[in-house]
Amino acid sequence: MKVRLKFSKYGALRFIGHLDVMRYFQKAIRRAGIDIAYSEGFSPHQIMSFAAPLSVGHTSSGEYFDIEVNSFTDEEDMQKRLSEVMAEGIDILKVRLLPEKEGNAMASVAAADYLLSFRDCFSPPQNWKEALYDFYAKETILAVKKTKKGQREINLKEGIYRLEIREDGVYMLLDAGSGSNLKPAFVMEVFFERMGAALPEYPFHIHRTETYKRKENGDLEPLIP
Amino acid sequence: MRKLALSDEILMQVEKPARYIGGEVNSVMKDRESVQIRFAMCFPDVYEIGMSHLGIQIIYDMMNRFRDVWCERVYSPWVDLDAVMRKENIPLFALESQDPVKDFDFLGITIQYEMCYTNILQVLELSGIPLLSKDRTDDDPIVIGGGPCTYNPEPISDFFDMFYIGEAETRYRTLFDLYLEGKEKGWNRKEFLQRAAGIPGIYVPSLYEVIYKEDGTIGGRKSLVPGIPEIIEKELVTDLTNTYYPKKPVVPFIKVAQDRVVLEIQRGCIRGCRFCQAGQLYRPVRERDLECLKQYAMDMLKNTGHEEISLSSLSSSDYSLLPELLDFLIENCGKQKINISLPSLRIDAFSLDVMNKVQDVKKSSLTFAPEAGSQRLRNIINKGLTEEVILEGAKMAFEGGWTRVKLYFMLGLPLETEEDIRGIADLCNKIAAVFYETVPKEKRTGRVQIVASTSFFIPKPFTPFQWAAQCTKEEFLEKAYLTRCSIGSVLNQKSIKYNWHEADVSVLEGIMARGDRKLNQVILRAYEKGCIYDAWSEYYKNDVWFDAFEECGVDPAFYTVRKRPEDEIFPWDFIDCGVRKEFLLQEWHKAAKEEITPNCQERCNGCGAARYKTGICVTDKSYRKQ
Repeated sequence: MKVRLKFSKYGALRFIGHLDVMRYFQKAIRRAGIDIAYSEGFSPHQIMSFAAPLSVGHTSSGEYFDIEVNSFTDEEDMQKRLSEVMAEGIDILKVRLLPEKEGNAMASVAAADYLLSFRDCFSPPQNWKEALYDFYAKETILAVKKTKKGQREINLKEGIYRLEIREDGVYMLLDAGSGSNLKPAFVMEVFFERMGAALPEYPFHIHRTETYKRKENGDLEPLIP
Repeated sequence: MRKLALSDEILMQVEKPARYIGGEVNSVMKDRESVQIRFAMCFPDVYEIGMSHLGIQIIYDMMNRFRDVWCERVYSPWVDLDAVMRKENIPLFALESQDPVKDFDFLGITIQYEMCYTNILQVLELSGIPLLSKDRTDDDPIVIGGGPCTYNPEPISDFFDMFYIGEAETRYRTLFDLYLEGKEKGWNRKEFLQRAAGIPGIYVPSLYEVIYKEDGTIGGRKSLVPGIPEIIEKELVTDLTNTYYPKKPVVPFIKVAQDRVVLEIQRGCIRGCRFCQAGQLYRPVRERDLECLKQYAMDMLKNTGHEEISLSSLSSSDYSLLPELLDFLIENCGKQKINISLPSLRIDAFSLDVMNKVQDVKKSSLTFAPEAGSQRLRNIINKGLTEEVILEGAKMAFEGGWTRVKLYFMLGLPLETEEDIRGIADLCNKIAAVFYETVPKEKRTGRVQIVASTSFFIPKPFTPFQWAAQCTKEEFLEKAYLTRCSIGSVLNQKSIKYNWHEADVSVLEGIMARGDRKLNQVILRAYEKGCIYDAWSEYYKNDVWFDAFEECGVDPAFYTVRKRPEDEIFPWDFIDCGVRKEFLLQEWHKAAKEEITPNCQERCNGCGAARYKTGICVTDKSYRKQ
């Protein structure tokens, strides 16, 4: 049986990296006494798949992972048991038993949305809001993306599904598919670079609000709808 | 939500920010207003090392069971954060509350190895606490040291207000009650320290004066106030079963050195190896009750979620009910896919069988610690491991499918000759030969791998070798060279790999280990000149250290290469660790005669620890397995 879990990450735990979050949940699942399935072989490990890694420093209210279990009481019970063993900074928001045919969390991810705000160390130029709309109104926004293999020119516009200004920050719905994933900080770095505004280190606070998969009709819906 | 001491900008720019945020599972939060004593417990090294230390976990658990005390953790900021904190004047803080250490009532520092001494000064300076005890005021925390290095606290006596000598479980409550009394009655710092000096196990260095002879050795000591003890007796837990032990150890977010449940099965050691300080300091050996250990193992696994459990003790094979404990763990851990990591067990049929059960197919290497290459030298150091036992163990291991053997030796032991050193190569060669004799050609998957490692011997206080001369750096390196050459000349040399340690650090460690109060100024000077994280080879600055000695006019050789006369008063002689000096001297004489001393299980040798009336000293020895 496969179970999908949704969690939030906030406060001090935004400084815990993705691999450590995985280790954290491996231990939490043992503490909660969840009957998780293990892989076969010489060094068995818990069968667990995380949806989309979150950068260190970001907060989120829409993180997901799947686990395989041997037995399962009910969604409420699992959420309660896990919640009892959490550290401050990660909350279990939802638990959902998945249908057999459901693809795993990581392969399902199509998009994610973010709220970006500016830290005290950075005051954007006066006219940044108009400039951002102009930037987004362009047909194509070519930018050079650095990947593990080197540099590649991409069209940012294809990966930005929505962009709007909310109060003094920016809302973005971005492509989060494997290979085509677009980072919100990268979009804003390109934008401010074009504006000619110098960015200090860590100018943004970024919060991921939700992670989405694509329905058969092409619409986006949260990994747990 | 907890507020962090460091800004996001800083946390994002340093390596592994999780070192500084606290909030780990099972870390203890209390209400500042509801406690009367704030205790900052520090391990002066980086988080991943400090978090792996069992002693702090025990003390943390104990103190936080006291309702009026909040014990929090502090570690050395890594060099990247250290630089930022100095530049931006950020005070060092405790992990739980993120409050500055300076505002605490106590700063406790555990001192596990000599090479952390400059990090002690780092912690004090970053906290904004004057480095020298004499410069502190009523606004500063009481700085208290503990741990194995405090059995010779003299080289760092200026930096501490007091030391706690021995096991922490026994006297902290008394100390806290005295502190609270002092708060109520308005005692100043000096008044409190003078009264604390009367608590058993507490040593207040500023209340004693050391008188030196013209040759630099000690002529005597005198107490500067009346009524405080001349001899400080170590503290010891007499019942290890009914005492503090954490059922809920803190679970770090990041991977640390010891990322597992640690179950201390006993304290102390029966063996009496003459080079080993721990073997003398923690006498007598005391076992924890089997049923209690089973319960603790299960509770700790449940409360941490760790996937591994490790047994801790100086010589686990000597735990009388080890087979019963391991059977229990194998049965209960297997189901939950929990690994059992075995400490260095004596290699025999029993341990190989256990290793087979817990390690399944993946066979890691086996470890032997003969410590010396020849039987003659093994007798001198009283290491009761014979060549037959080693070869027999190796034979069984090779039959069982192991193909890798690790061997640990020491170079520079007292009375060592070139023959003894060549013995290292001979022993490795014989083990390789056993492999080729035991394992038929068609079953071999390659060569046997033998890894021989040598460390340099450092004489330590409270051992029979405390009178011995330490080798010079040049002698150490010559010995390593001879070891390498002799390994290169044996028949099976291609199956043997040889590693040796750096000699520089061993020399400095030797100076500190048997140092006196004159070293305080040298440590301070070295720190001022930029020495920090000396235990990390990439940060160790040998030249700077020796410049500091020169500037202070202190001769390093006085502490190392000098063979000490038998009637010399040592800097640590005022501490009573349970084992009498006469016994150690008798052992030193026996070493010279190549005589071995039976272990505590075989016979009581009258070391002095029997006065504690506990552990092996009062156990019916026929009951224990041989």
